[in-house]
Amino acid sequence: MNINFTMIAQAIAFAILIWFTVKFVWPPLLNAIEKRQKEIADGLAAAQEGKLSLEVAAKKNAEFLNESKQKGAEIVGQAEKRASEIVEQAKNVAKDEGDRIIASAKSEIDQEVNRAKEELRGQISTLAIQGAEKILDKEIDKKVHADMLTKLAKDL
Amino acid sequence: MADSSYESPSEYIGHHLSNNEVHLDFLGGGPFMTLHLDSFVMAVLLGMFSMGLIWFVARKASAGVPTKTQAFVELIFSFIDDQVGNIFHGNRHSFVAPAALTVFIWVLMMNAMDFLPIDIMAKFYGMLGLYEWKAVPTSDVNTTFGLALGVWFLMIYFGIKVKGMGGWLHEIFCAPFGSSVWVWPANFLFNLIEYVSKPLSHSLRLFGNMYAGEVIFLLLGLWAATGVSGIIFGSILGAGWAIFHILIVVLQAYIFMMLTVVYLSMAHEGH
Repeated sequence: MNINFTMIAQAIAFAILIWFTVKFVWPPLLNAIEKRQKEIADGLAAAQEGKLSLEVAAKKNAEFLNESKQKGAEIVGQAEKRASEIVEQAKNVAKDEGDRIIASAKSEIDQEVNRAKEELRGQISTLAIQGAEKILDKEIDKKVHADMLTKLAKDL
Repeated sequence: MADSSYESPSEYIGHHLSNNEVHLDFLGGGPFMTLHLDSFVMAVLLGMFSMGLIWFVARKASAGVPTKTQAFVELIFSFIDDQVGNIFHGNRHSFVAPAALTVFIWVLMMNAMDFLPIDIMAKFYGMLGLYEWKAVPTSDVNTTFGLALGVWFLMIYFGIKVKGMGGWLHEIFCAPFGSSVWVWPANFLFNLIEYVSKPLSHSLRLFGNMYAGEVIFLLLGLWAATGVSGIIFGSILGAGWAIFHILIVVLQAYIFMMLTVVYLSMAHEGH
């Protein structure tokens, strides 16, 4: 165990080695690691952001869906109302039409009845006159009897 | 005692614990101008190998999905970064953290040379023509003291850089007892002891652990040379000690790194 020049030589080697490490070894490693750390941090932040925006989008989606459902229900309701309205209207129209047809049919029937009555009246008076003519044959004052028959026909 | 050519156990141990010395006559010679070639070459090779490997990965480090090698390097990186971040409150990335990485990896590699079986490696080095080749640089006090000395100079450098020359000198004379002129000598003495004891405890702790670990391996090796029972017990205990040594090797590298960071952060902060 004797101290000699080796000590100084080792100290110089030590100094050179430290210089080498400080200059060439440490910086690239530090760079790479810090860069990776930053990248990981950025990635995590981006993931967090993505998660957040996903949440927002989901919320918006749900809202939109709800709104759509509501609107859909509204539309369906409106359509139903409209349909019943249309049906009601159609019913009314049909009823009116039917009433009208019935009325016209009635009036026609009335007319027909009147006409038949008139006709019958005429025929009956004719028949009555003919019958009376046949029964009485001679003693007929055509003029007097015709007046009488006309009166009768009128009373029918 | 794998090599039966040793005369005595003390020669065996002495042989394994002595360094390959080169006398630097061009620097004037003398006992100080000696280089332990084994410590120095092993230290430089291990430093170049380990830090080169990390540099090779760091050079192509991508911020995307890392390869397994890069993930491993990043594991070491974050470990050091966390440790330094707990102690040093400043911009650690500009110097202290990379310095801590260097210290940890380098000391760990140098300590880990202790795992190599000492006599087999001696044969291997012998084949390469290297005799008295001590492969564990940190069991040479020159290495640990060289590292501690480097940290010591950094300590003073950062002390002056952060507090200014005046602030640093003020701290030396006015802390910890106060700024009265009468306690200046006491303060100075106190700081002197601190500045001397820091590199000593820093380096001798590592050296002591590694040296003792090697001595125990050598003693077990000696026992293994005494016969069959020696071989059995020597192997078992050697394996046990090697396993326990894994803890010591990593722990001592960790402690050396932590002390480096603590000293440097103390230099950055006032008393």
